[in-house]
Amino acid sequence: MDINTLRIIATIASFAVFVGIMVWAWKRRNTSEFKDAANLPFTHD
Amino acid sequence: MQVSHSQSNTYNDSVVRQFSIMAVVWGVVGMLVGVIIAAQLVWPELNLGLPWTSFGRLRPLHTNAVIFAFGGCTLFATSYYVVQRTCHTTLFLPSLAKFTFWGWQAVIVAAAISLPLGFTQGKEYAELEWPIDLLIAVVWVSYAIVFFGTIGTRKVKHIYVANWFFGAFILTVALLHIVNSAAMPASWMKSYSAYAGVQDAMVQWWYGHNAVGFFLTAGFLGIMYYFIPKQADRPVYSYSLSIVHFWALIFTYMWAGPHHLHYTALPDWTQSLGMAFSLILLAPSWGGMINGMMTLSGAWHKLRTDPILRFLIVSLSFYGMSTFEGPMMAIKTVNSLSHYTDWTVGHVHSGALGWVGLVSMGALYYMVPRLFGQKQMHSIKAIELHFWLATVGIVLYIAALWISGVMEGLMWRAINTDGTLTYTFVESVKAKHPYYIIRMLGGLLYLSGMTIMLWNVIKTATNGKAATATIPAVAAHA
Repeated sequence: MDINTLRIIATIASFAVFVGIMVWAWKRRNTSEFKDAANLPFTHD
Repeated sequence: MQVSHSQSNTYNDSVVRQFSIMAVVWGVVGMLVGVIIAAQLVWPELNLGLPWTSFGRLRPLHTNAVIFAFGGCTLFATSYYVVQRTCHTTLFLPSLAKFTFWGWQAVIVAAAISLPLGFTQGKEYAELEWPIDLLIAVVWVSYAIVFFGTIGTRKVKHIYVANWFFGAFILTVALLHIVNSAAMPASWMKSYSAYAGVQDAMVQWWYGHNAVGFFLTAGFLGIMYYFIPKQADRPVYSYSLSIVHFWALIFTYMWAGPHHLHYTALPDWTQSLGMAFSLILLAPSWGGMINGMMTLSGAWHKLRTDPILRFLIVSLSFYGMSTFEGPMMAIKTVNSLSHYTDWTVGHVHSGALGWVGLVSMGALYYMVPRLFGQKQMHSIKAIELHFWLATVGIVLYIAALWISGVMEGLMWRAINTDGTLTYTFVESVKAKHPYYIIRMLGGLLYLSGMTIMLWNVIKTATNGKAATATIPAVAAHA
């Protein structure tokens, strides 16, 4: 396989993963879990 | 009667205390060297005619002291403090944590001796010779073991976002340092880079820019994500945004290095790639800044009365400003004017003094009284004074270098109708003289603020005594 094909695949795969992260981060289903996570610094006092 | 705590139910704060105190001490030292070399640029005779005190040797001493001694100690202190409190557990391998403190101080002392003596690898921000590089690598790997070991033994399910930033900073700096410092030793204090020519330059600026991106940005964003919510007493504005912020930075920062090599022997496509990724970087940078600032929404009035919060929030404004300026300067046509001028130096300092410096000071002002069993710092008025000295100092510094940088850039490119240069180089040097005086005064103000901080920290520490914080027993499930 041409090295450039590999590079294109890596770039597109990275971009797809990033889009996936964005979708996951803003999914309504996760918001309550994130709310708990955001409160982590406040659980120790 | 003193209640005895077993190690398992208290946080290990002794190493945090050590790093916090030394951060302030090295801050004063590093900024003092900065003011000395700024004065040398105004009055060159101040190099005393000695090789050990010449600008070329003191300048790397200044950069190493402020970045790796002041910034480094701050990062060690805050990351150890935050990782324990957000993982509800004590530090992993406390003896190794102790070693990271003494090892890091040994690196700093070795730098302070070897740089004035003229030992250097000649790579910016990676000047230290190979035996010191080896010690850095050992300390850094130990740091990674302590940090990730603590995360691995956490009592909560979730890893708080600040730890993601600290973790990325630790991993990436290990990678950058080891790759860029690869060298063939010729003798005890002399070595040659493993890379040659333009590859060497590219490896160096891959390192150099990611030292900015991960040492001076990701690590301090970790500070931002813990200490701003704590000081403002409200959770971060958007946790979702913080996740996207993190991954966007990770995916883009690594590729921005070539903007340091515009119009050099580096292939054109690599330069354009570096420029494109530098422009993309604006998005995650501003996303993070907005996330930090909006944490205060509904509580803006706290800025009026709380100087520590002011340090933290104003640091974010400087972060936003310099991360707008950076991508702009990475555009090749802008870079053809700005490169090699004082504008670059001004840009670095708006990030370093404004963002890294102020956020560090804010975090240290938060931690120090808690570490020494005090309600607050010895003098709140002194924090207030420090804030204004620092802010006015930064504004004087960067405004002076914007003017002198753009001016010298324009003078260098000015040509007469017959194609000859309008100005000789020395004319551009002479024109910068008044701005160098203003810059030195700005630095002097910044240093005086830091000296007040040192006094305040010593007072707070001696008024109190080492405090032991108990790990909460609540089973957090976040």
